[in-house]
Amino acid sequence: MTPDLECLNLVKRFGDTTAVDTVSFDVPRGSFFSILGPSGCGKTTIMRMIAGFLEPTSGDIQIRGRSVLNTPPNKRPVNMVFQHLALFPMMTIAENIGYGLRRKGMPRDEIARKVDEALERIGLPGIGNRKVDELSGGQKQRVAIARCMVLEPDVLLLDEPLGALDLKLRERMKVELKALQAAFDTTFIYITHDQSEALVMSDQIAVMNNGRFEQIGSGQDLYYRPASAFVAGFVGDTNRWSGQVTRIEGDEMEIRTDSGLLLRGASHGRPLSAGDSAQIFVRPEAIRIAHDTEELSHFDNRMTGRVASLLFNGAASRIIVQDPDGREEIEVNLPQSGEFAGLKRGAEVHIGWSGAQGNCFAAGVR
Amino acid sequence: MRAQAKLGLFLLLSPLLLWLTLLILIPHVDMLLVSLRERIGVGQYQIGLGNYFTFFSEPLYLRTFLRTAVMSILATAITLLIAFPVSYYIAKMARGRVRSALFLLCLVPFWVSELVRTFGWMILLRETGIISNLLQILNLTDGPVELLYNDAAIMVGLVYTSMLFMVVPLVTTLESLPDEVIEAGYDLGGSGLSVLREIVIPHAMPGIVSGCIVVFMLSLGNYLTPTMLGGKDSLWFTELIYSQFIVRFNWELGAAFGFMLLILSSTIVWGMLKLTGQSLEKTMG
Repeated sequence: MTPDLECLNLVKRFGDTTAVDTVSFDVPRGSFFSILGPSGCGKTTIMRMIAGFLEPTSGDIQIRGRSVLNTPPNKRPVNMVFQHLALFPMMTIAENIGYGLRRKGMPRDEIARKVDEALERIGLPGIGNRKVDELSGGQKQRVAIARCMVLEPDVLLLDEPLGALDLKLRERMKVELKALQAAFDTTFIYITHDQSEALVMSDQIAVMNNGRFEQIGSGQDLYYRPASAFVAGFVGDTNRWSGQVTRIEGDEMEIRTDSGLLLRGASHGRPLSAGDSAQIFVRPEAIRIAHDTEELSHFDNRMTGRVASLLFNGAASRIIVQDPDGREEIEVNLPQSGEFAGLKRGAEVHIGWSGAQGNCFAAGVR
Repeated sequence: MRAQAKLGLFLLLSPLLLWLTLLILIPHVDMLLVSLRERIGVGQYQIGLGNYFTFFSEPLYLRTFLRTAVMSILATAITLLIAFPVSYYIAKMARGRVRSALFLLCLVPFWVSELVRTFGWMILLRETGIISNLLQILNLTDGPVELLYNDAAIMVGLVYTSMLFMVVPLVTTLESLPDEVIEAGYDLGGSGLSVLREIVIPHAMPGIVSGCIVVFMLSLGNYLTPTMLGGKDSLWFTELIYSQFIVRFNWELGAAFGFMLLILSSTIVWGMLKLTGQSLEKTMG
C-alpha cells in the first residue's frame, strides 16, 4: 500500500538559513505521526509546505503516491487545524463546518446533513446555530477538527492545536484527539514541542532539531533507545554528564566526567574509543535507591551520597543526590512504595544503576 | 459623600456637556429657528415653512441637491474600490518597513492644506497644465486640452482628498484579521474570490462602513474642491449655501438649505447602516 504522505529530500531555505534540511519520511495510511522538536527547529515549515503555503526549495511531497508540488493549497487533499484554530468568527458553527462543502458546490440539504453528522461525531450535537465565541476552548478544538474532517482529507495536519488550552483540558484533549483519529480513521500529522503530547498520541514520532530529523520511531524507541544525544536529552528527563571515555570493552565502557566521577555506561553499538570525549545520559527512574549497599550489589554503578534536596511532585517525586565529594548532583526518582517517604534533606542514601542504562554518545557528533 | 460623588460626576461631564450644547445643540437649534423664519417686510418676520417651499419649488436647488448626493455616493464608492486593495496590501502583504513607508505615503499629502493640494491638481489638469502639455508633446492632441472644470475633475479631487480616511479604518480592521483565518479559508478549498467574499469582507465590514460614512460626509460637506475644480455646470450644494449666506445675505434660505443637507446626510448614513446590517456602535467603537 502506498503511504498517505511521503516527503523526499525536502529542503527549504530562507535566504542563507536552511529551515528544513533534506528531510525524508513517509507516513503509512491511518497512522498518527508526530513531529516533535523545540521551537524554531523547522517543524512548522514542513507543515506549511505540506499544506501548500510554502514552496519547498527542493525535494518532493507526495500524497497517496501523487506529487502535489504544483497543486495550490485549496486543491490539495490535505487540511490543516491551525495553531489558534482559525475558526471563522463571522460565521456560525454550522457555517464554519459547512464552509469547505459549500466550496465544493455540494447541495444545501446535503451540507446540512453532513454538518449534523459531523457535530454528532464530535459529541456536540445541536450547537450548529451558535457563534464561535460562545464555545469553550475544547469545543472549539473539536469544531476545528470537524471542519476539516467533513472534507474527508487524505491527511489531516495539526499545528500545535493544544498549545492554547489549559493543562487539565490539554490532558483530556490528548485522549480525545487519539480517539477522534481512530474514529475518523484518517492519517494525522501532528506538530508539537510538547513531548508528552507526542508520546501519548503518536504511532510514530520524528524528533526534529535544526531542520533535520534526528530520529524517527515509536515513543518507546525514542525513550529507551535514543539514536542521538539530542534525542536522549530532549525526550524525557535525564541526568547528563560530559567527560572522556577511559576504557571500552565491546558494548561496555567507562567514562570519567569532567568533575572526576567515574561512571560505567554502554555505547549501544555506537563507535566510541578510549580517549574520546563523550556524553552520558542516565534517566532518573533507572537509578535505584537503597538504605544499604547490599541491595545494590548487582549494579555496576554504586554511590553513596547525601540528599541535597527533595522535589515532591506526587507520583513523579524526585530527590537530588550529591555525591560524597560534592562534585555532581544526580536526580533520582523516588519509588512509589512509600519506603523512602521519611527521607530528609542531608540524609545519607545509597544509589546504583546498571551500566547498560547509561547511554553514551560521542560529543560534538550529531 | 453622595453629594460629593454627584459633584465629581457633574464636573467630569461638564466639558462634554459644554461641547454638546455650545457647539452642536445651540447652533443647530438656532439654524432651525432661522430657517423657519419668513421675511415679510423690512425687519418683519413670521414663522412658516416658506424657505423649504422655495427649496422644493426651484429646480436648480433640488437638482444641485440630488446631484451632490449622487456624486458623493459615487465618490465614496470609488474611494472604497481604490482604498480596499491598497489597505489590503498595507495590512496583509507588506511587512515591516515597507508597510510603514506605504502608510506614510498615504499620509504625506495631508501635511499640506487642502487648498494647496487642490491647486496641485489644477496645475496638472488645466489647459496649460502638465498633462495637457504632455499630450501635445506626444502628438496625441492637436491643441491644448482643458481637463478642469467638469464633474470628472471634482471626482478626482474628492477621491484624492478622502483616500486617507478610508485607508485608516480599513487597515485597522484588516490588520485584526489573523493570517491563519485567511489561510484556513484557502486550505478548506476556497478560491481567492470566495475567501474575499466570505471571510475578508465580512470581517472588514465595520471598517468599510465607518470609512464610507466618514468619506461620504466629507464629500457631501466639501466646499473647496468642488468650487475650485468644478465649472459653472458642476454646482455643489455647499456652494448654494455659501451664496445664500454670504452673497445674497439670505440667512433664512441658507439655514433651510443647511438643514436639508443635515437631513440628507443623516438619511443616507442611516440607510447605509441598515443596508449593511451594521450599527453605529459597532462601526465607530
